[in-house]
Amino acid sequence: MNEQNLFKRLLADDRGGQALLASLAVIAVALPILNLVVPASSALHVSTYTVALFGKYLSYALLALALDLVWGYCGILSLGHAAFFALGGYAIGMYLMRQIGDRGVYGNPNLPDFMVFLNWKELPWYWHGFEHFWFAALMVMLAPALLAYLFGWFAFRSRVTGVYLSIITQALTYALMLAFFRNEMGFGGNNGLTDFKDILGYSLQSNATRIGLFLASVLALALGYLAARYVVCSKLGRVVVAVRDAEDRARFIGYKTESYKLWIFVFSAVLAGIAGALYVPQVGIINPGEFSPLNSIELVIWVAVGGRGTLYGAIAGAILVNYAKTYFTGALPDVWLFALGALFVLVTLFLPRGIVGLLRRRRMGKTAPTNLVNSL
Amino acid sequence: MHTPLTFWRHLRIAATLLLIGAALAPGYSARAADATSPPNLADVLRGLTVSSFMQKKAASDALANVDDPRTLVLLKALLSGHLYYRKSDKQVLVLSPSGDAYAVRDAVSGKLLGSSDKDGLTKITINNQMRGSLREAIARRSLYSKDRRVRLAAVDEMLDNLTPHAVGLLRTMRESEKDPAVLAKIRTGLALADLNHGSDAQRLAAIHVLAGGMNQTARNRLRGLLRKNPDGGFVEGNATVRAAARTALASIERRIEFYTIVQTGFFGLSLGSVLLLSAIGLAITFGVMGVINMAHGEMMMLGAYTTYVVQLMMPSHIDVSLFVAIPAAFAVSGLAGIIIERGVIRFLYGRPLETLLATFGISLFLQQLVRTVFSPLNRAVESPSWMSGSLQINSALSLTNNRLYVLIFALLVFAALQLVMKKTALGLQVRAVSQNREMARAMGVRTGWVDAMTFGLGSGIAGIAGVALSQLTNVGPNLGQSYIVDSFMVVVFGGVGNLWGTLVGAMSLGVFNKVLEPWSGAVLAKILMLVLIILFIQKRPRGLFPQKGRGAEG
Repeated sequence: MNEQNLFKRLLADDRGGQALLASLAVIAVALPILNLVVPASSALHVSTYTVALFGKYLSYALLALALDLVWGYCGILSLGHAAFFALGGYAIGMYLMRQIGDRGVYGNPNLPDFMVFLNWKELPWYWHGFEHFWFAALMVMLAPALLAYLFGWFAFRSRVTGVYLSIITQALTYALMLAFFRNEMGFGGNNGLTDFKDILGYSLQSNATRIGLFLASVLALALGYLAARYVVCSKLGRVVVAVRDAEDRARFIGYKTESYKLWIFVFSAVLAGIAGALYVPQVGIINPGEFSPLNSIELVIWVAVGGRGTLYGAIAGAILVNYAKTYFTGALPDVWLFALGALFVLVTLFLPRGIVGLLRRRRMGKTAPTNLVNSL
Repeated sequence: MHTPLTFWRHLRIAATLLLIGAALAPGYSARAADATSPPNLADVLRGLTVSSFMQKKAASDALANVDDPRTLVLLKALLSGHLYYRKSDKQVLVLSPSGDAYAVRDAVSGKLLGSSDKDGLTKITINNQMRGSLREAIARRSLYSKDRRVRLAAVDEMLDNLTPHAVGLLRTMRESEKDPAVLAKIRTGLALADLNHGSDAQRLAAIHVLAGGMNQTARNRLRGLLRKNPDGGFVEGNATVRAAARTALASIERRIEFYTIVQTGFFGLSLGSVLLLSAIGLAITFGVMGVINMAHGEMMMLGAYTTYVVQLMMPSHIDVSLFVAIPAAFAVSGLAGIIIERGVIRFLYGRPLETLLATFGISLFLQQLVRTVFSPLNRAVESPSWMSGSLQINSALSLTNNRLYVLIFALLVFAALQLVMKKTALGLQVRAVSQNREMARAMGVRTGWVDAMTFGLGSGIAGIAGVALSQLTNVGPNLGQSYIVDSFMVVVFGGVGNLWGTLVGAMSLGVFNKVLEPWSGAVLAKILMLVLIILFIQKRPRGLFPQKGRGAEG
């Protein structure tokens, strides 16, 4: 089978990826069983809260994967990637808002509560269509893609690179945050979108729906990983790496480097949008805080901790750092920002290749190959 | 040239006060302290401590005629019921509420005797007749006060309530008044009076006078002339007067519009000065080392908190605290900068993106440090008395002192930095390293040392910016974060490694933002600014004033 071959080819030389997919398969089977079958009194029982938490980590992992594609493979340090994540989240949030129907506080069948509150008489034009799931699902991908395309087209064409590009991406997400904070934008202003009731007719409160969303996250991450791996292994992926290492040389050889960068940037934005769409129903809220520059930068540290340019490293980093965050903010809330700050400094100083780099170096002994030395 | 002069005067006063170590009491006691026990003020006051209103009236009239600067304050205290006497020795006291108790001052010397409640004190009561004559006396004394601001305020108050008596006072005052601003106010008042009661010729002349000013009362009066009765006819019968009023009103409004534009410009420059202060340190570190210091905002935060701590240490010398805080903030932030450079950034040269992440970590760390040490809440930094208030140029244009001083301060910092960069050995080495690091090293410049010093200098200036910011906004752990994106925009817009670019960039962004604000709202103006800068970068990736020469390629 052709597909079989493709699958084998993608993972043949990728032990990290094999381990990742294997562990994803394990938790996809184990967690639902431990949640639904094992009785609540048992020590092995996994609460629905934990399932949702894992679902959240997995959507973060998909976001980290998206950033790793542009940062690790193309050298574009985007400090605004959470903007694409939030856009995807808003798109699904709008669908969920429309699903509430007349069950809101004001009982208005057409308008979400916050619009009634603002005395709006009818739905703004850009809210039309979001009552259909397929439309919202399309928008989850199209909205981030469009933003990434416009932004990338301008930025890459005029050859804005390095720290300049990082700062503009940060300004982009900052501007979006300010915009979404405005009530007039029609996205719920400060409070964002929340109070969701159900998705595709299933109640968001029920265990089964939670498990379903969790499985969807597992599936999306696995497919996302394979897709990213496919891109990286393709000829396009090689050119992208060439652009990262020597953009001028790649250009002189005859590649239109800006097209390659634009393509990978848009693809990454779509992945981030899907991650956002999985995230929002599981946490039950989306607000402009998701656009804050701090979120985007935290995302960068996930990837840096895991090890950039490896894909599975980014996923491991996202899950590890977020697990630590959940633990610290629960147990020692004051310490978390100290720990995060120290993490930034220590990882950049001592672990430029992240945990994956550390493991590889240990496996290969003292003879660290040159291609692992920092190339940015 | 009025402003710099007052600034220097304040500076001199502050320095003198610092030298003699005098406790800074409010103006009242300071003014009273220079003349010790004048002839008969105490005797006149003693005349007030009787119960007969007849005698009290005589005493208050006598008080009104005592030629002493203190009497105005005492007359006002008497009118507002703040004048008391001690039952035991009939000493007259001025009480002013402070917190739950009252601050008690001796009426003659103005010395602060401490705070107390009203036990053992009797209020000096007054009747309506006295009240009337007191008001008149206060008005008269204010009108002839030596302080032009007191005179201005007195005339201003009269404009709202033009009794025939007040008009008479104004008329006599017109003869002797020298100050042009006060004189203009008096003319406005007399013109308003003429407009009410004069002949047609007088009224036309009055309208002509009013057209030259921008007084709010005058505008309302002119508008009143153009109003219609319910039956459709004009309130004002005379068509010539109406036409004159219409042109006068139009010319007043044109002038007000002009001053509104000037005011917007000032607000823009003020915002620009804040941007300049926050961006200028960044311009140095970014320009010289190509290092993005995400902790730059936190250096500003450290400066602002240093101001707070300095004020805590010298609570009774708030007026001079800023002059201590500026060098202290420079030292604290500069030192922090050097430590960061030696401890972290040194190892990351040539890896700008990594530096960005590491310094971001440092910024998180510092924010949390401040939260732990001080508290997550905003801290109140007091403004010295000379920073409060505003410079009233005319009724349509007033410039708040704190913004004015920050603007001047920003320009001074800029000039000082230019001097350091152009005239000192350090500046020369810094420029050399920023243009061509390798060559500079080959010529014997210790680039490591220059890097540390540059970083210290840039951070120190951020600290100074923090002192200025503490006077304009809240001092909290997030102070730095809110400026970091803006200051990067300024540096990127102005062009890296060029201080003039930073100046022009900051000022034009500030003005542009304030011009946009009225028709788009503050948030949208900011968004538009960001979008415009993003588009601008596309056109000119190296900013308004790109660095020239070989260094520019690197």
